[in-house]
Parts: sequence; structure tokens; C-alpha cells
Amino acid sequence: MSTVERPAPPRSYLEEGFGLRSWLTTHDHKRIAILYGIGITAFFFLGGLAAALVRLELVTPAGDLVSAETYNKAFTFHGVVMVWFFLIPSIPATLGNFLLPLMIGARDVAFPRLNLFSWYLYIVGGLFTLACLLLGGIDTGWTFYTPFSTMFSNSHVMLAVVGVFIVGFSSIFTGLNFIVTVHTLRAPGMTWMRLPLFVWAMYAVALVMILATPVLAMTLSLIALERLFGVGIFDPALGGDPVLFQHFFWFYSHPAVYIMILPAMGVVSELITHGARRRIFGYQFMVWAIIGIAVVGFLVWGHHMFVAGQSMYASIVFSILSFIIAVPSAIKVFNWTATLYKGDISFDAPMLYALGFVGLFMLGGLTGLFLAATALDVNLTDTYFVVAHFHYIMVGGAVMAYLGGVHYWWPKITGRLYSEAWARFAAILMFFGFNLTFFPQYILGWEGMPRRYHEYLPQYQVWNVLSSAGATILGVSYLLPLLYLGWSLRRGARAGANPWDATGLEWQTPSPPPLHNFAQTPTVTEGPYAYRQ
Amino acid sequence: MILPQASSVAANVDDLFNALLALCTLVVVGVFTVMIVFCVKYRRGTAAERTPPRQHLGVELTWTLVPFVLFMGIFGWSVHLWIKLRTPPKDAAPVYVVAKQWMWKVQHPGGQREIDQLHVPVGQPIRLMMTSQDVIHSFYVPAFRVKQDVLPDRYTQLWFTATKAGTYHLFCAEFCGTDHSRMRGRVVAMAAGDYARWLQAHAGVGLAAQGRALFRQLGCSGCHDPRAGVHAPDLDDLYGRTVPLADGSQALADERYLHDAILLPKKQIAAGYEPIMPSFEGRIGEEDVLALVAYLKTRGTQTENDDEHR
Repeated sequence: MSTVERPAPPRSYLEEGFGLRSWLTTHDHKRIAILYGIGITAFFFLGGLAAALVRLELVTPAGDLVSAETYNKAFTFHGVVMVWFFLIPSIPATLGNFLLPLMIGARDVAFPRLNLFSWYLYIVGGLFTLACLLLGGIDTGWTFYTPFSTMFSNSHVMLAVVGVFIVGFSSIFTGLNFIVTVHTLRAPGMTWMRLPLFVWAMYAVALVMILATPVLAMTLSLIALERLFGVGIFDPALGGDPVLFQHFFWFYSHPAVYIMILPAMGVVSELITHGARRRIFGYQFMVWAIIGIAVVGFLVWGHHMFVAGQSMYASIVFSILSFIIAVPSAIKVFNWTATLYKGDISFDAPMLYALGFVGLFMLGGLTGLFLAATALDVNLTDTYFVVAHFHYIMVGGAVMAYLGGVHYWWPKITGRLYSEAWARFAAILMFFGFNLTFFPQYILGWEGMPRRYHEYLPQYQVWNVLSSAGATILGVSYLLPLLYLGWSLRRGARAGANPWDATGLEWQTPSPPPLHNFAQTPTVTEGPYAYRQ
Repeated sequence: MILPQASSVAANVDDLFNALLALCTLVVVGVFTVMIVFCVKYRRGTAAERTPPRQHLGVELTWTLVPFVLFMGIFGWSVHLWIKLRTPPKDAAPVYVVAKQWMWKVQHPGGQREIDQLHVPVGQPIRLMMTSQDVIHSFYVPAFRVKQDVLPDRYTQLWFTATKAGTYHLFCAEFCGTDHSRMRGRVVAMAAGDYARWLQAHAGVGLAAQGRALFRQLGCSGCHDPRAGVHAPDLDDLYGRTVPLADGSQALADERYLHDAILLPKKQIAAGYEPIMPSFEGRIGEEDVLALVAYLKTRGTQTENDDEHR
């Protein structure tokens, strides 16, 4: 893509200071990415523990392991933590922060101090959420539906609401930073249509973050007003409207799903082109699909509310828009598949994760069609079908892509290689563990098992046991990378600047990169993924 | 385990589900096959021919437009069924449901009351008028393929026609607090004759009659009686009429209008009247409101025959 003259390797960003202070006051996008990485990993395993409790309880139909109250708090904690403290920051705040400036040939993001400030906001928000857990938890579900959350729940709703409110600003500032960075700091020759798809995905997701997240902040403020001061907004006993809350909440939370999946699509485009050593098939269609998803994503929120008391005609409009947004997703799957055509395919760990992503994303996306179809959604909504659907997208999709990306860029980030055999094993184990966990939940949903049930009818037990067994395998497959990547940090072989022989500006600088990324600002002369053929 | 098809719409819903399932299976098998073939044929080290393919606008447009057309087909089919699911037949018999943490209370027009149970006749369309006393619940009968959220201070409706006698599970599908998963019940569908006998055995004071008693007890008649000295709207034949409001707009006097007129009288003020009616919010429960509404629906030509007015 370009050439950069490299004299003797300069000091890497990891050697720019070793004390805790050098990390906590850093303005370097790469170090901030690492700080985020540590935070989201901790929250991922905390949220995972809550999920483990839920799956253990559901091994038997009776509610016999924990009380209903504890169970409700466990799934609420799982949802709140995984959505706001893992998934939403996962790819943008770690890989995005690390790679965005590198990929466009910049020295840092546009506002390095703001970048560090958003990490502190993330931590403060996280502390509120942990305080909520330690003081007894919250039992409203991650959706905070009113009037239950405002007038009826006796748990620590306010602590969680404040935590999520604060962490929302962390994503708003990250979004702002990314938009300005992409607009102003591209290297000479890096035109919009030469941007790697990962950068496009980061740009689109940043737009969604700054447009949607403020609505979440307002909604949570209204909850606080009603819960603390009895101002009637959502509670009908005070003259409010509970369905209004759902409109506000999903106006943010549906775009939030795209905040989770768009970055994953960006990562996978990088991994598949590298794995197949081919240009991406239909680059322009891929770009427009990203933009299309980001825009139409704002217009489909009502598909969460087909049976919530929304008008029949409104539901029809939301239904057709939800079918329309499936088209760009389909385009992306077809283009990824076509990218394999006449490729020179190797199956290293990142590629396995990427192929796993495509398969799971397809199953998650197609089951979304069932939920977009109003007449089918009546039966399926609020059952395990929905639970399976969004886990295929957010865990099968987003988490697979995140881990694939971590493996692909690990040598760049740490300067070390990891055990390829273990990494491949973990990727394959994850794919099977995931399907065993969540595929049975589609069947449970079709057979009518409602979600958020502490106890259930005995007829549903077989599928629940399979699901819990799968969750055990999935848990192991998530622990494995922690071990072999941890081992690689200390003992892994040194990686060169470009161990994958990949294109992309990030590979044109030493691993790990120096503080200001490039010795000289690179000049870009061609589009991305220029693999020789 | 196969979910029973026990309502008039269940088979229609399942047909759509199966059609979409077949379509999706086809897509999944197709894409997976292509992926696997490419992965095998073009794996590193094979001697396959690898001249880079040209980008094809035609290919892109094909796999954009074909899914679009298929999606629109499924959408059309679904909307057709959706409108049917949402539009109760004219002859649907009303039954009233009040949900609260964590039980279902059912009232039949004949005064029969049930908790966590609903008896219905086979072959007769039933229209449930539902409201909640506290948080949001959701009335879900998988065997009927129907579900509707039940909201506080508002009526939502749900209709179905049971087609097979039997007992079916009723779930609360919207998370409603600690014992959400215990907020279950059963729907008993019975042959018409059995149902008539059941109604007979459980008959109580009719809902409209309960409402009439409340109407006097709560002092409503003190103002709304035609002979009363206070200038208050005439309630005869009110149900189903279009009411002009003080702000110049109009409202249809349906169940929700009557419900709100009792609990939130300041919300919609009838044109030509002072907003002097006190609110009954907090003084009476949703079940009493249901009885009053049932009574108001009968007022009009039928009330001419009532003893009271003779």
C-alpha cells in the first residue's frame, strides 16, 4: 500500500515508561486501548460469571439453586455489564483506538486528552455498576422497563442507571474523537475510497454513538426524575406513559446493536481479505452497506414493540424497515463469501474466527427475519427465540470478531507471537460450544418458553440441559485465550513488523509501534487489500 | 415435543414460519456449500487457477435485488396475517382480564370470576379486554400463537378462537418482578355445551349489574342522572359515539375513553361542561372500573327497560 523508510527501530510505545503513573496519565491512543482492554476483559468475565449462574439454575425446571430474586439480579447484571461495559466499548475502544490512527497513517487520535478522559468515564461508570452489585444488585432486566423500574423495584436501580449514564458519555466522546480523526488526520493519498473497511466501520459506528447515546442519557435522566422526585413521565399512576419509555429506550438500544455489530463487520473484512489474500469483493458495496445499516438502524426501533400496545399500522412500517435493513447485511455475507473465490486461503486462527463469525452472523441475521415478520413475532417475542437471536449476533458475531481481531493484531500490539495450535483449537471449540449453547434456545423459544424465567415447565428441560452443557464448553473456550495469550506476553517469540505479510499501514511500522506510530508520515498510493496476484 | 395448534390462527402462523424456515435453510445450505467449496479448492498450496476475478456490477445487483424481493414477499404474507391477528371479528365475546403482580384475574360478563384460569368455548371468537393493576405484564398462550402486553391504566385487547378442547399453558411473557416465572395459568377450552354448563355453575352477579350498583354507591348518579341538578354529560347511548371535546377535537367513546373519564377526568373534557368531576384514581381498582364500563355500555335504549327508569 505504501512504503515507509525505517532506520534503526525506535523505542516502542510500551517502553515509553513503566510505572503505573505512566499508564494512568498517558495520552497515547495505543496505551489507552490497552487500558480499555484490561477493563473490558475484567467486565467480560464478571458478566460471564453471572451468565454461568443463570445457566446453572436453568439445568433443572424448579427454581432450586438460587432464589428468584437472585436469579433476576443475575440476568440483569449479566445484561447491563455485557452490553455497556463489554460489547459497546469492545471493538471500538480497544482495537479501534489502537488501529484507527495506525490505519490512516496518523500519529494519534484528534483529541488524545479527551480519549483518556473517556476511559476514566468508563471506569467511573463501571465503579457505580460494581457498587450496585456489591450493595445488593438490580432486578429490572437490562431494559429498565417502566413503571417497574421507576415505581416498583426495590433494588438499587439508581446506581446502575447512573453507571450506564456515565459510561454513555465515554462512548459519545470516543465517537466524537473517531469522527474528527478520520476527517482530519488521514495521511496524504488516503482518500475515502481507499480507507480499510475497518476504518469505515469505525466511522459509521462513531456517528451512531454520538447520535443515539444522548437519547439514552435523556431517558435515564427521566427515570431518575420519576424514581427520585415522583415526576410523572412513565408511570400512568402519575399521569405518564410506560410505552413512551420503550420508544425512548429502543430508539437508543436498537442502534446500539449496530454499535456492536458494525465494528465486528469491519474486523472480519480485514481478517478475510488477509486469510484469502485477496481484495475484498465489491468494496464500494461493502462501504454503502455499512452506511445503509448505520442510517436505517435508526428507523427500526419499533420492531421491539409489536405486542407492546403500539398501533397496528406503526408496526407494519417498522416491520418493512426491518426487512429492508436485512438487505445490506445479506450483501456483506455474499461479498465475504465471494472474497474467498480464487483466493490463496490459509486457515490461521484469525481466519477461523472470521469464518466462524460469518456462519454465526448468518444464523443470527436470518432468524432476525422471523422477528421482523409481525405475525411470527407475536409468538416469538419475549421467548428464548429472541435470546438465541441476539446472542448469535452479539456473542456469535461481535465476540467472535473481537477475538479474531485480537489474535490478528496481537503481534502488532504486543510484539509477540502466540501458540497458533492453541489459538485454532480455541476458535473451533468456541464455534461448537456456542452453537450447543444457543441453538437449543431457538427451539425453546418456538415451543413457547418465555425469557427471564427462574423456573420453567419440565417439558423444556432437555433443551435447557443441552444449552447449559454448551455454556460450559463455551466458558472453557473463553478462558483458553486468557492462558495462551498471557503466556505469549512473557514467553512468545518476537514478532517482526509484519508477521502475516499483510497489507495495511499498521503493518508498515515496527511491532510494537513507536510512540508516534510512523517515523515519517506515509503516503498512500492505492486502495486497501492490495494482495499480490 | 410439538407445540399444539389449538386456535384458528395457529396453522396460518405455522405455515408462514415453515415457509420462512425452508427459505432460510436453503440460503444457509447454499452459502455454506459455496464457502466450503471455495475453502477446499482455494486453500493454500492447491494448483487451482487464481486469476483475480473482475468486480461484477451484475453480480452485486443480483444478490441485492433477489433478497429484497424475497423479503418483500415474506413481509406481504406476514402483514396479511398480522392484520387478521389484530382485528377481532365483530361477533367476538368480551372477557375481561386484570393482571397484577403475580396473578391473572378474569371476569366474564355473566359475573363468573377466575384466578390464573380462563375458560373459553371452542369455536367462539373471544376478545380479551386487558389491563394491569401495577406493572406491564404480557398475556401469552403458545398453543394459540397469541401474545399481548397488558399495560397499567390502559386497555389492550387480544382475540382468538380456540379450535380444540383441552387445557393450554398461559404465561406472563413480560418481566414483571420477583415471581414473574410463577405468573402462569391455564386456558381451558371446552365444547360449547360444557362451557354453557360451566357458566351456569359459576354464575354470579353480572358485570353490568355490579357496575350499576357501583354507579349509585359511588355517587355517580348524583350528577349524571338526567334529573340531577348538576350540569354533567348524559351517559345514555354514550358508548361508541363520537364526543366533541372542549379543545375542539373529538374522541371516540370506547372502553379506553370511559376508563380514562373515570380515573383521569381532566384528560379529555367534553365540550360544554365544566371540568368539575373528581378523579376516582386510587379510590377504586381496575376491576371496579371494568364493571362501571360494562354498565355504561349497556346504558341507553336497554336501560329504558330497567326497573329504575320505568
